[in-house]
Amino acid sequence: MFDKILLVHGSGGQLSHELVEHLFLKYFDNPILARMDDAAVIGETRFFGKNLVSGKLAFTTDSYVVSPIFFPGGDIGKLAVCGTVNDLAMSGATPLYLSTGFILEEGLELADLERVVASMAATAQAAGVQIVTGDTKVVDHGKADKLFINTAGIGMVPVGVEPGSDQAQPGDVVILSGTVGDHGMTIMSQREGLRFDSPLVSDCAPLSGLVATMLDALSSLSTPLSSPKAIHCLRDPTRGGLATALNEVAGKSRVGIEIEEHAVPVRDAVRAACELLGLDPLYVANEGKLVAFVAPAAADAVLATMRTHEYGREATIIGQVMAEHAGRVVLRTAMGARRILDMLVGEQLPRIC
Amino acid sequence: MRYIDEFRDPHLARKLLANIRTRSTQPVCFMEFCGGHTHAIFRHGLRQMLPPTVELRSGPGCPVCVTANGDLDHAIALARLPGVILATFGDMLRVPGSRGSLQTAKAEGADVRVVYSTLDALQIARDHPERAVVFLGIGFETTAPTVAASVLEAEAGSLDNFYVLSLHKLTPPATRAILDEGEVRLSGIIGPGHVTTVIGSDAWEFLPRDYSVPCAVAGFEPLDILRAVAALVEMAEDGQPAVVNAYSRGVRPEGNRTALGIMQRVFEVGEADWRGLGRVPASGLVLRPKYASFDAALAFPVDPGPTREHKGCRCGDVLRGTVEPPDCPLFHRVCTPAHPIGPCMVSAEGACAAW
Repeated sequence: MFDKILLVHGSGGQLSHELVEHLFLKYFDNPILARMDDAAVIGETRFFGKNLVSGKLAFTTDSYVVSPIFFPGGDIGKLAVCGTVNDLAMSGATPLYLSTGFILEEGLELADLERVVASMAATAQAAGVQIVTGDTKVVDHGKADKLFINTAGIGMVPVGVEPGSDQAQPGDVVILSGTVGDHGMTIMSQREGLRFDSPLVSDCAPLSGLVATMLDALSSLSTPLSSPKAIHCLRDPTRGGLATALNEVAGKSRVGIEIEEHAVPVRDAVRAACELLGLDPLYVANEGKLVAFVAPAAADAVLATMRTHEYGREATIIGQVMAEHAGRVVLRTAMGARRILDMLVGEQLPRIC
Repeated sequence: MRYIDEFRDPHLARKLLANIRTRSTQPVCFMEFCGGHTHAIFRHGLRQMLPPTVELRSGPGCPVCVTANGDLDHAIALARLPGVILATFGDMLRVPGSRGSLQTAKAEGADVRVVYSTLDALQIARDHPERAVVFLGIGFETTAPTVAASVLEAEAGSLDNFYVLSLHKLTPPATRAILDEGEVRLSGIIGPGHVTTVIGSDAWEFLPRDYSVPCAVAGFEPLDILRAVAALVEMAEDGQPAVVNAYSRGVRPEGNRTALGIMQRVFEVGEADWRGLGRVPASGLVLRPKYASFDAALAFPVDPGPTREHKGCRCGDVLRGTVEPPDCPLFHRVCTPAHPIGPCMVSAEGACAAW
């Protein structure tokens, strides 16, 4: 451990994990938190809202500090809603209610704030959630970068649905919902000092609809193998990218994962930007993608259903889970060689020469 | 994608590999000088695809890795000066010096900014006329011309708050130093593609002439590297060392005259401290007296304190190619990508990080 907080502690890679494990988990330790899933799933609950549902409660929170606050394909507000909605969706929950906290920098243009808030409202509506409570603080100029947003969300996990990062099993098929690297490279192309013209657009999108479609399709199938339980694990590969998400699952489920490099879809614009900067798209953040670990008998049905949804049109099988090399992700390169795909350590940095 | 896909064609790769397998009878050891090659070789899994007779060794071509601890301490001391903004390529941030890194100095309040080009550093200097902006000039003949150009631009724009700490290094003298030490028997050198784009393939003629060692200059795609390996195997088998340009889409025999001209205008050759190789004469670039006013080392005398080497770290030996990363007692035990002890574990171009 370092004795000071460094920027890389926020990268979502190995140092972020160490901070969580050695500090937060040490003090906040409890069985629900210790599962370390995208959302906490809490006990059997009955919820009496507009729809009577029974199941488990899912609860999560996330903070958003992206710069710039507006970018092609989204803004910090859309991101703040999608991020929390997606974390809930990955636990199999139907997202219901969100809270939001704003930390505003003195001098922020009100028009910018309004644009962000309007975007949050539109995204919440699209995702089928309501923002029901909130808070605002203003700090001195220079104490924050325009605005930071925290959102927390609750949702209900229907009975019989229980995907988890520790549930992937040997034989599972790994399905990715679309291209990787779009969000991260879009943000990078907009950053100070690295601005370059490109057709890059963030993939920022709420995935609750896609997950619901996948679960519904399995519920309607009659074969016992194709119940919603066939979806063993759902992850949205955000910070640290696909490689880091796969490593987390391999570690928690104590399984090996093998991925075909050429099967992972990457848009040409993203590939070009990555090649230019010497980055690997497998480590670049996504904000509207999910990776599903599905029992082989249900894989075709899940894949076909995903492709009917607007956020899963480019869904594809990228690999499989195996008992061998437990805890490790192995990439079969286009050349036919195999190499270990590690977790991201710090931030990916452009090469020097 | 053009210029990428055709150089990653698995069918052509298999053909080249078959060719290498047929031609290779005697055990050979080739050094890829460049860290970019090391990274590409591991990324595409090329080592395991070569026949057992062909061994690849990583060389000293990672700019971050070869920066000596003393020089790094110097940069950290400059960054800690009040009023100074230190602009650097991102890779340098995490490299541990004798006491801490630029990253920890930043967390303690030093103004360290990651830039992607020297032009960004110039812009910071223009935006902050009241501050001194020091650009940490690392890298080989690839980055040196851009740093030289930024000095010329600062001069033309009368920018008097822009400085350079030149830690630039030259690749041919380092290759000579490794061959002169003779610790590792090399049967060929994979020449650095980007460096040779600037210095020209003629700059490697001394290898066959003085050392009877063949050199094949390679690009950074799998087929580029395999083609260079095939050429080296051929030359080693035939006992006819020469310089082969296997990167003709980027490299010319005479190099890039414009880049060399700018570099020579601003810099002169001097000795440099290399991690692993120590002080190598005529292997670095220092600002010419005419541009001394841009020299951060002269403008800000600092005492970086005594240099401490990391106990047990064998980065120096890894950079000379005398050991492979797993031979280091710290490798993946105490020294990991998350908590690197030595620089070769930090940079994506470092042999230990790529391993």
